[in-house]
Amino acid sequence: MPEQKKAKRRDFIFTASYTLGAVGVGATVWPLIDQMNPDASVKALASTEVDVSGIERGQSITVLWRGKPVFIKRRTEEEIEKARQVDLKELPDPEKDEDRAKNPEWLIMLGMCTHLGCVPLGNKGEYDGWFCPCHGSHYDTSGRIRKGPAPTNLEIPKYEFVNSNTIKIG
Amino acid sequence: MKNILNFFLLLIIFLSNTLISHAAENSKKLLNPDWGFKGFFGTFDKASLQRGYQVYTEVCSACHSIKYLNYRNLGEPGGPEFSKEQVKIIASQFEVTDGPNSDGDMFTRPARPSDNFVSPYANKQAAIAANGGAYPPDMSVLVKARSGGADYVYSLLVGYEDPPTEINLDDGVYYNKYMPGNKIKMANPLSDGLVEYVDGTEATTNQMAIDVVTFLAWTAEPHMEARHKMGFKAILYLIILTILVYFGMKKVWSRIETEV
Amino acid sequence: MSDQSYTPNSKFGKWFNDRLPLLTLSKHLQDYPTPKNLNYWWTFGGILTFCLIAQIVTGLILAMHYVAHADMAFASVEHIMRNVNYGWLIRYVHANGASMFFLAVYIHIFRSLYYGSYKSPREIIWILGMIIYLLMMMAAFMGYVLPWGQMSFWGATVITNLFSAIPIVGESITTWLWGGYSVGNPTLTRFFSLHYLIPFLILGLVVLHIWALHVPGNNNPIGIELKKPSKDTVPFHPYIVIKDLFALLIFLIIFAFFVFYSPNILGHADNYIEANPMVTPAHIVPEWYLLPFYAILRSVPDKLFGVIAMFSSLIVLVALPWLDTSKVRSAIFRPLYKQFYWFLVADVIILGYMGAMPAEGTYLLIARVATTYYFIHFLIILPVLGYKEKTIDVPLSIAEPVLGGSVDPSLTKSKTKKI
Repeated sequence: MPEQKKAKRRDFIFTASYTLGAVGVGATVWPLIDQMNPDASVKALASTEVDVSGIERGQSITVLWRGKPVFIKRRTEEEIEKARQVDLKELPDPEKDEDRAKNPEWLIMLGMCTHLGCVPLGNKGEYDGWFCPCHGSHYDTSGRIRKGPAPTNLEIPKYEFVNSNTIKIG
Repeated sequence: MKNILNFFLLLIIFLSNTLISHAAENSKKLLNPDWGFKGFFGTFDKASLQRGYQVYTEVCSACHSIKYLNYRNLGEPGGPEFSKEQVKIIASQFEVTDGPNSDGDMFTRPARPSDNFVSPYANKQAAIAANGGAYPPDMSVLVKARSGGADYVYSLLVGYEDPPTEINLDDGVYYNKYMPGNKIKMANPLSDGLVEYVDGTEATTNQMAIDVVTFLAWTAEPHMEARHKMGFKAILYLIILTILVYFGMKKVWSRIETEV
Repeated sequence: MSDQSYTPNSKFGKWFNDRLPLLTLSKHLQDYPTPKNLNYWWTFGGILTFCLIAQIVTGLILAMHYVAHADMAFASVEHIMRNVNYGWLIRYVHANGASMFFLAVYIHIFRSLYYGSYKSPREIIWILGMIIYLLMMMAAFMGYVLPWGQMSFWGATVITNLFSAIPIVGESITTWLWGGYSVGNPTLTRFFSLHYLIPFLILGLVVLHIWALHVPGNNNPIGIELKKPSKDTVPFHPYIVIKDLFALLIFLIIFAFFVFYSPNILGHADNYIEANPMVTPAHIVPEWYLLPFYAILRSVPDKLFGVIAMFSSLIVLVALPWLDTSKVRSAIFRPLYKQFYWFLVADVIILGYMGAMPAEGTYLLIARVATTYYFIHFLIILPVLGYKEKTIDVPLSIAEPVLGGSVDPSLTKSKTKKI
């Protein structure tokens, strides 16, 4: 009996050491990994405010946000109308225009083709929206994919109108 | 076990060696207020940090920059912990130069929390020129950049005196007990009631010195609280693991007739 | 080595091992017969391996965030300290890690001196170790330059100026080292490059150091040759592994204390002031681990001979296996050497202290005496002692000390055989 007890105690010591050791290794490794994540100064720039007062109807500007281009397009009535009339069944990635542009006049989206990340060109392509020159993806006036290899619509970032002239992205 | 004792003995010799060499640099004994941020569990007094920030902005910032600090740091845990809104308001009171804009011109705009603290002078030469040839050092890491640390900066702030009769001072040079060489080009920056504290604390010279040095200790080491907390956990963990491994080692070595 | 005939059990293991005998190597490392009477001073080899790996890992990470440019280096270090996730932790581990590395290496070297581990047939181990030590000092010096503080800049200026002491070509060499007419941005970038390279050279040399060790096997406190494997040895795994681990954990507690509670105590405050070529700090001191050499350098009044003295102090160490003429290894059986050994330890500590003091008056005098004694110890005392000293009889084995006529059975550390 005492032999068995001894063996048990010994097992406990080794099991506990291994477990505790593994926890320690994990806790040590985490800072070594986390240091590659965006640092505090990068995170602080995670949102940006854009003055859009100078944009005329039909014009668009491109701003840099988190190192990526963002299209801010002030659409004409015609373009809005065109985007809204599309039958959702025709779309590879069905999404209502109303959901993509809360304020129909302003379309704000990431200027990165969802195929492989090129920057699409404005007022181009078969649907008068955007056209990606890299592999020929066509987007409509709502930035939805219509034709070509891209799988999804152009992404809408998180944004809000701080006031009628300023948009905060992120 | 005797060997481990020996090891500690050696370590003590080695430590005292470095300590002596450090201490030898300061001839005048520094004042040593009871800093709450020293020791194993030391934390910064948030109210003191906020007051210290006020002293810095209203007094020191006329000449001294803290260029490595960002306004957002004021709201981060372990610091003065102003609220997000307060930090925004604080930042917006300063003007930063940004640009170039789409016309190619530089422009000014109110600072954002992500901006670095605005420096009082455009560059080092401008700072030297405006201060009679003496460069007001950047205070981001000042407490770490002076031997004696917080004690030294505090002692200096309260160490202004009339010079002994045998010492003649030029214009723009002042006498300070704790400054190496006793001559300093910064006029006594603090006097009773110089600042009106937002929280109603009485602004004595001593209080302001304590607060601003606490603030500077934080700017030099903004992650100190996290470091103290993590250190306690790490050392506790290591001690427990060491004890476990010690018994494991005894078990393993009990198989043969030799002591470890 | 007897374990070369090892055959793995599994078929795949055998297939692999026939092509690359890693399993044979692993088996060799596990079974490696180690003297069972090794004391805790022998655990520093493992601790040093840990230190090297920790320095390489943290250094790699710091290099991801550090900018090697005279205008940005200081700011990038502050960026690491303030913004990078756990950047402060990684930098403090790296900076204090250098000190802990040297603390461990000094203990390792002085252990070797006490127990005569450098003597035949282990001269190559010792010389490899000395090269590692020299490279460590170079890596540490260049690493200290990288934050581009005042001590970085002026330390670099002073040390690189040592080479100007060389007759005729000295000036050209310093200019070449700097890549300019003073320490500047080109100096910083090349130091960064070399600081990155050297640890990997050290790693390679450590492999050779261990390889050279595994040929004759470990020395031991009694300093006698052992039959391996025998009653006097234990397999490396698990006995030595767990003992090294225990020692490493104690070492880590001290390490953690520095990192978390006084991370800057071993550094110099002036290095938190950005480098300024117009102002020299009142008091230039190297890091503590280089102080003894700095004291030797300053104790010689002539520039060239000061540099020669400093490098000679390292060269005598390389020649040590041939300077020490004694047949007996361990100081345990050398009553006179034991005393001189402690004199040397005190001498080096005194030199270190004098290196931190201003080079004037009494300090300078003491430093000169200590420097002289350092060389006397290696060049006169050790060679003569080998012939003159009356040593104590050495036991024939660890397990049976009585056979050799040793008077002190406690040396075996045996639990049952105490008489």
